[in-house]
Amino acid sequence: MNERNRELFALIPATLLVTAGFTAIFIQREDLVSDLSLTYGAIFLGLCLAGHLVLRTFLPHADPYLFALVAVLACFGLVMLYRLDEDLAREQAQWFVVGLICFTLTIVALRRDHRVLERYRYVIALSAIVALLLPRLGSPKNGAYLAVDIGPIEFQPAELAKIAIVIFLASYLRDTRQVLVVGARRFAGITFPPLKHLGPLLAVWGTAMALLFVIQDLGSSIMFFGGFLALVYVATNRISFVVIGLTLFAIGARTLYALRPTIEGRVDAWLHPFDPVLYDKPFGGSYQLAQSVFSQADGGLFGRGFGQAIIEGDGGAAILPAAHTDFIYAVITNELGLLGACAVLLVYLLIVERGFKTAMLATDSFSKLLATGLTAVLALQVFVIVGGVTKLIPLTGVTLPFVSYGGSSIVANFILLALLLLISDRARREAQER
Amino acid sequence: MNAPILKLFGVFLALFGALAALTSWNTVLNADAYRDNALNKRGLLAEQRIGRGTIRARDGELLARSVRRGGGEAGLYERRYTGAALQFAHAIGYDYPLGIGRAGLERSRNDELIGQRNEIVSLLDELRGKRQVGDDVTTNLDPAAQRVAIGALAGRRGAVVAIEPATGKVRAMASTPGYDPRELDSERRVSQLNGDEANAPLVNRATQSGFPPGSTMKVVTAAAALDSGKFTPESIVDGSSPKQISGVPLENFGQRDFGPITLTAALTNSVNTVWAQVAERLGRKTLDDYMRRFGFYEDPPLDYPDGQLIPSGIYAERGLIEASSRSVDIGRVGIGQERLRVTPLQMAIVAATVANGGVLVAPRLTDRVVDRDGRLVEDVRTVEGSRVMKAATARALNEMMGNVVREGSGTAAALAGIDVAGKTGTAELNRRGLNQPWFIGFAPQRSPRVAVAVTIQNVQGGQGGVVAAPIAKAVMAELLR
Repeated sequence: MNERNRELFALIPATLLVTAGFTAIFIQREDLVSDLSLTYGAIFLGLCLAGHLVLRTFLPHADPYLFALVAVLACFGLVMLYRLDEDLAREQAQWFVVGLICFTLTIVALRRDHRVLERYRYVIALSAIVALLLPRLGSPKNGAYLAVDIGPIEFQPAELAKIAIVIFLASYLRDTRQVLVVGARRFAGITFPPLKHLGPLLAVWGTAMALLFVIQDLGSSIMFFGGFLALVYVATNRISFVVIGLTLFAIGARTLYALRPTIEGRVDAWLHPFDPVLYDKPFGGSYQLAQSVFSQADGGLFGRGFGQAIIEGDGGAAILPAAHTDFIYAVITNELGLLGACAVLLVYLLIVERGFKTAMLATDSFSKLLATGLTAVLALQVFVIVGGVTKLIPLTGVTLPFVSYGGSSIVANFILLALLLLISDRARREAQER
Repeated sequence: MNAPILKLFGVFLALFGALAALTSWNTVLNADAYRDNALNKRGLLAEQRIGRGTIRARDGELLARSVRRGGGEAGLYERRYTGAALQFAHAIGYDYPLGIGRAGLERSRNDELIGQRNEIVSLLDELRGKRQVGDDVTTNLDPAAQRVAIGALAGRRGAVVAIEPATGKVRAMASTPGYDPRELDSERRVSQLNGDEANAPLVNRATQSGFPPGSTMKVVTAAAALDSGKFTPESIVDGSSPKQISGVPLENFGQRDFGPITLTAALTNSVNTVWAQVAERLGRKTLDDYMRRFGFYEDPPLDYPDGQLIPSGIYAERGLIEASSRSVDIGRVGIGQERLRVTPLQMAIVAATVANGGVLVAPRLTDRVVDRDGRLVEDVRTVEGSRVMKAATARALNEMMGNVVREGSGTAAALAGIDVAGKTGTAELNRRGLNQPWFIGFAPQRSPRVAVAVTIQNVQGGQGGVVAAPIAKAVMAELLR
């Protein structure tokens, strides 16, 4: 069976899942099975088929599992959102359409050779930084500068910027990886990169620090810098560079921790979520985090079932805030239990595996680094938000890719997926030709 | 570059493993701690969506039920208490989870009242589309006996506990002053009740308050004396007054000098000097052992919330200390003085154990739990007891306690046509005659069907045989009717 047919078959369970999910919610709500659940299933199937046809037309050799895995996640997200708020689910479905359009445009534009991106690397990097700074013009949300309001739409530039920065770094490191290794000096038992090329790397570190300082969001900084370190490591195969980078990041973060009350508050909330003072703090306290672990504890092994989690209390006051964005993982755990949550994590892990597999199959350095970087930032994003929600690390608000509500996130992650599939198609085609 | 990519994948594998581990910790391993966290109102909210079961008296009289307020998905249930619940306030407790909280049976039987099943059964029920409904709890409490007990206490600060010796069924548990559970949904009323520290109406004096037991403690000392084989009811001990006990002179009530008398006579007349000497001769270890056999030093095994049960024993400033400690004046422990503090429930257990031939049966407020279809969910009837003393010891002690009511300090507890056994107690709270009167006992003496403990706080000049014994008599008469 060729790649696309395999993909087509893999989409069937995803579509069945979404139909079953909606059916479950209808039964739970009205004690009846509405044919609306079938309608949602059909619409979802239609969207999946559209994406599939794009791939069949332009990227016939691309990895057969990536798109199907993303479809499973998207279906999870839609069902959860529908259960939280029907309007949100409808908007999210519209965003999927927009995301698929951007997905298609990316593929069409780069179908000949995605490496043309290298030519524009400085433009891309610069626009990413400008985009990241845009929210500074507005007012902070939850203490961080993450969003710009464009008309009725709230746009989060960090989502797209992460892709742009990965493109830049992949291209830059392709050029310099040899000299970084060859010119390296050993000093005090640690291998340091040559001073001449240290500059740009320090610049990246400085940018990450500046971002942390300017947008005041630890989550996106970890994503950017983590992606950077992953790329440096893969490009040079020098663990010492990573250690140096981590040390610098830790020093920077420690300094900022003292300077910026937002970050300090997050860490305090993480360390003492059940402290009554922090818990009752009206803003920036530990209430959200405490409620997040409570809702997970409520889920147990099997979960409460669709629609059974308590999100709102008597009179509609939110018990678990931001259930549709930052805390959607807590809702999934609440309703589907440890088993459901692990299933979601497993789907992400499979996507990561396919991403790295693509990187390993790719033949040129840029494609390898690009696939690695894109996969790494996606995985880090999952780690940052799920780790925050489960109290593994201090909580910072980023979306759960393909699942959380949010237009920028959906669009950006579909572009990321398109890039991975572009790399994959080329790599697998070349492998077959050889 | 493939080797570092593979290693990088390994790193992410580990990171995702950590996420799965933390999720497991949150959902399963540490879930109970999170569920019990005081900040976590989730369980309480969820429970309000469940039709809570009823609580009924022994004869089926309704005490508490739940009423649905609001319709549809958001329908919540509210707890309602009947007028009869007033007589049962402390035993059944209350359920206002988002206000004052939960107490009494409402707390200890919460899992049954909300119909909590184990996770597998819940899952199956959910798959079958069954809504969780609460089970109904029927208590062993007798409404008439409750009324008699509360009436006899007559608003004074005190408590009555009545137990069926052979089965451990708690037939009456009253504490006064009480409260009206219907009023507890008002925050103002709650703070008012909480603020009344002198009367402490929310406290169940039967289980939560430790009082000096006075001479009722001599039953424990006598059980130890006879059962250890060191004494018989006919053993002669010098009952002159005063006597040096732990280097300090001890007097009998009214400085009466009895001379050498038998233990039977010493119990009948509640001779302090005799029982103090007996306790000294038995020694700290033996008395400590028998106190523990009767259940001192532990929460009584009642189906009641841990937070509303206290252990009986010797309370030093830093808390409970063993009767075998060097600092303890064991002679005075033997007659219920020293720093002994006991609950009425504990003393009812002592009486019931003697009545039951020396076997302690765990007391039970709950008779049975049935589901909405009337099927028995949990049978909480007689559990196997533990032997405190030999049957022969219990028989002898029964005889001695019979004498107390027949011709001694407890005659006021005597019932017409029914032999009663018992022991009075009068703990002196100060030198100006402020007393804590007690009576413990059981009836009928040959085949006991009820054992009681009665005490009242701070009665000026009040003696156990005068103040407490008539209350015990009234409650026993009602339960033997």
